[in-house]
Amino acid sequence: MSLTLQFVPYNDIVALGSARRVNKLMNIVKENKVVLLEGRLKKEEEADLISIAMEEIDNKFKGIELAVIDPKKEDSRNMFKNMKTGFVNLVLGDRQGFTVIGPATIIKEIKKDPNNIQLFTMDAGSKRKREAQQKLADAAAAK
Amino acid sequence: MGFFTGFFNKFFGKLFLKKKDIKLGLYGPPNAGKTTLANTICKDILGEEMGTVSNIAHETREIQIKEQICIKSKDGKKELMFNLVDTPGIATKIDYEDFMKSGMKEAEAKQRAKEATKGVVDAIKWLDEMDSVVIVLDATKDPYSQVNITIVGNLAARDIPVLIAANKVDLKKADINKVKAAFPQYDVVGISAKYGKNIQDFYDALFKVIR
Repeated sequence: MSLTLQFVPYNDIVALGSARRVNKLMNIVKENKVVLLEGRLKKEEEADLISIAMEEIDNKFKGIELAVIDPKKEDSRNMFKNMKTGFVNLVLGDRQGFTVIGPATIIKEIKKDPNNIQLFTMDAGSKRKREAQQKLADAAAAK
Repeated sequence: MGFFTGFFNKFFGKLFLKKKDIKLGLYGPPNAGKTTLANTICKDILGEEMGTVSNIAHETREIQIKEQICIKSKDGKKELMFNLVDTPGIATKIDYEDFMKSGMKEAEAKQRAKEATKGVVDAIKWLDEMDSVVIVLDATKDPYSQVNITIVGNLAARDIPVLIAANKVDLKKADINKVKAAFPQYDVVGISAKYGKNIQDFYDALFKVIR
């Protein structure tokens, strides 16, 4: 089973409003690709992304797996650095770290630790079984 | 004009807000024990349960509210009144086939999934309505999940006070220290909502958080 990762540079979303940012990312995920976004969304946008994923759920789309890798946590004790980072983020957006968003039909789980990020994919057998069931359901609905 | 109306409503709304109008939300991932905690509080204070609980995820699919819950501090000197809002568990994915694995028929599973997705959307919408929030986490599970981090981040962004209830401490696998390490900026109370363990400590922690 192949897995397509699509890198989205922060510059691609920086000029967009919140709704368009979230929709852009969701459209990529709905093409069965895993988004690798430079930086991170705002907290409210993360919540919007979950809401939109819920609204999109149907027999084929089951939602998303989401993980934010945020290097700032390691520097949380350095107050001056945090203030500087906060100011830069305010002006230029939150470009630190990266965000992984994948369709739940492909990505079963995302595990992260300080040095690794692991994407656990659905095994090909269960995906094929699901597709076969879907084809049967579509055929029955068409009759 | 809208700005002045908003300011007027906010300023005078806060000035004349009665304590009984405080909304305390129970948030968290599915099956963390939010409704079990709500039931324990309601049984303790009102003598009646709030909602049904189940081992199958997404049993609570609608916002439920119990009004005028009044708790007392350990020494009995202080009282706190609030409206308790139990919310559906927040998840990033819902698959009706998971419900079928729990023995549900396909139609019932699909209906439950549909209601559960709406429940998650409603729970997120209601974040703006809350005055304070208790995040209920299953202390036997990894607290660093993205859903937990997103909930905490959204509450912080809205400047809503938070208390974390590390639930299921009656179970051997529970690790309250891991929950504390994950969210060092918040008070964490270890409870067993099912058996009512540490509920008075939980009430006392609420006095610090609710405003």
